[in-house]
Amino acid sequence: MEKEIAVAIDDLTVAYNYKPVLWDIDLTIPKGVLMAIVGPNGAGKSTLIKAILGIIKPIAGSVTVFGKSYKKQRHLVAYVPQKGSVDWDFPTTALDVVLMGTYGALGWIKRPGKNEKKAALEALEQVGMLPFKSRQISQLSGGQQQRIFLARALVQNAEIYFMDEPFQGVDATTEKAIINILKLLRKTGKTVIVVHHDLQTVPEYFDWVTFLNVKKIATGPVKDIFNNENLTKTYGINYQVSIQE
Amino acid sequence: MRTITIGTAILGAVCGMLGSFAVLRKQSLLGDAISHAALPGIAVAFLITGAKDSNTLLFGALISGLLGAFWIRAIITKTHLKSDTALGLILSLFFGVGMLLLTFIQKQPNANQAGLDKYLFGQAATLLERDVWFMAIVTSVCVLVLLLFWKEFKLLLFDADYTKTLGFNIKFLDALITSFIVVAIILGLQTVGVVLMSAMLLAPAAAARQWTNSLAVMVGLAATFGAFSGVIGTGISASYSNLSTGPVIVLVASVFVLISFVFSPSRGLLFKEIRFRKNRNDLKLHKTLSFMYDIAKTHDEISHPHTVKILNNFQGFTKKSLHKLEEDDLIVLKGGNWSLTEEGFFKAKNLYNQHIKTDD
Repeated sequence: MEKEIAVAIDDLTVAYNYKPVLWDIDLTIPKGVLMAIVGPNGAGKSTLIKAILGIIKPIAGSVTVFGKSYKKQRHLVAYVPQKGSVDWDFPTTALDVVLMGTYGALGWIKRPGKNEKKAALEALEQVGMLPFKSRQISQLSGGQQQRIFLARALVQNAEIYFMDEPFQGVDATTEKAIINILKLLRKTGKTVIVVHHDLQTVPEYFDWVTFLNVKKIATGPVKDIFNNENLTKTYGINYQVSIQE
Repeated sequence: MRTITIGTAILGAVCGMLGSFAVLRKQSLLGDAISHAALPGIAVAFLITGAKDSNTLLFGALISGLLGAFWIRAIITKTHLKSDTALGLILSLFFGVGMLLLTFIQKQPNANQAGLDKYLFGQAATLLERDVWFMAIVTSVCVLVLLLFWKEFKLLLFDADYTKTLGFNIKFLDALITSFIVVAIILGLQTVGVVLMSAMLLAPAAAARQWTNSLAVMVGLAATFGAFSGVIGTGISASYSNLSTGPVIVLVASVFVLISFVFSPSRGLLFKEIRFRKNRNDLKLHKTLSFMYDIAKTHDEISHPHTVKILNNFQGFTKKSLHKLEEDDLIVLKGGNWSLTEEGFFKAKNLYNQHIKTDD
């Protein structure tokens, strides 16, 4: 049976100063996959996510989410930016940051109330950060900050999650904790798209993969397309990675 | 005098409030650029209308301030120049044009100069009651809008990209904040002047940031610091003749900053240094104590005395640190010998366990 399509990207092209960063990307992401986007530095992995989410304006192309334009479907999409993209010295607490995840559903002007707070506390609990809810965010470790960002996305209760390098600079325990949550999301039918750096862990963590280097090289199930041929095409000549069968 | 004091207090409060947003949005220099950009507006308004009336001139300032602000935005988004470059460019360009026009006006026969140069460094004495009323109204509108869009502003300040993905129009929010900053600056031109205006925005906010980890408290504190700077500054300048008010207010605000940098309990330099020394001393004592424990545990009796010299071979210690340990009842010193007390033994044992725990 054909799977339902969560995200469909058509002819997406992004350029900075005439230099193409993403070139004519066509990509369909089926519902319910846990997908890695891999590629070398400068391949446009983060840019792809940002262009899908409208943070960066593409010069061409369209994005649809469950068959409708992304702008109409924002409420179905959650985003976890790179940890380094914000100033963690901002005067606020962990709970407050997670509460921000509820702002989209609230819309303009309305303030978060009891229900929102309850949802935020649950999300904190889920990522194991409940004891730190009142902690000033600059006093959290890198891994804890990443969990807070994850909790903020969880509280959005979305169908599709985009994550930009959630494993960057976190320790092994946090990485395990995060991937377990992502797998749990997939189990409940959510779609999770992750910009990922560590090729060794791709077969273990993900069931779907997209190779990207300015152009889309390949996309599909990890077991079918995660091979040396595609890795070489993406990363250059003679790239080898030991793939465990 | 009362009018002036109230005026500067309101001005300080609104600047402190909005300054917090500028600081957190990493646009500390925006205020500086905008206030300098307002100068040519004043000159042009005078040239066109010939009026000396401050409302007309400030309206000119508003127009050119806004123009400058949105040029800066445009430069940052359309070109790949960094924001400090854009700010510097606009600041000097507008200020240069403003100064040029001012010198031109000064040579005109009709212009006994409307005292236009008062806008350079401000002159609080020229504040009228209606100016203060106007300030009060603008400030109330500001507070209302801040309260209304509090959630959105907070989100934007912390994570602008994320704000966008939630469907909020960040261009609108940004324009709103920038417009308010422009308005606050225009309000302050008459009192503090073009050159020092940015200090009114930044100083209270920078001081407030030292004392709190909550955005709401920070904004409130900044407003309070700003208001007090206004009141105290006006008071000081009134009690000495010929001291111009604007610079005094700015100096008072800077004193707030200085005090905050040194004395804030969590971020201040003083307490940081105290904590650092305390930690270092504690660590030294712990090191000696755990070494004593290593020796003592090989004996049946905890309080078996050992010679102080034995420590010397392996472990740096000072008379002072031994005395400190004795003071805390962790060891007993007798002649050239030391022995652990029961309390000391257990403390050392726990230190030791903790050490192992964190190791694996």
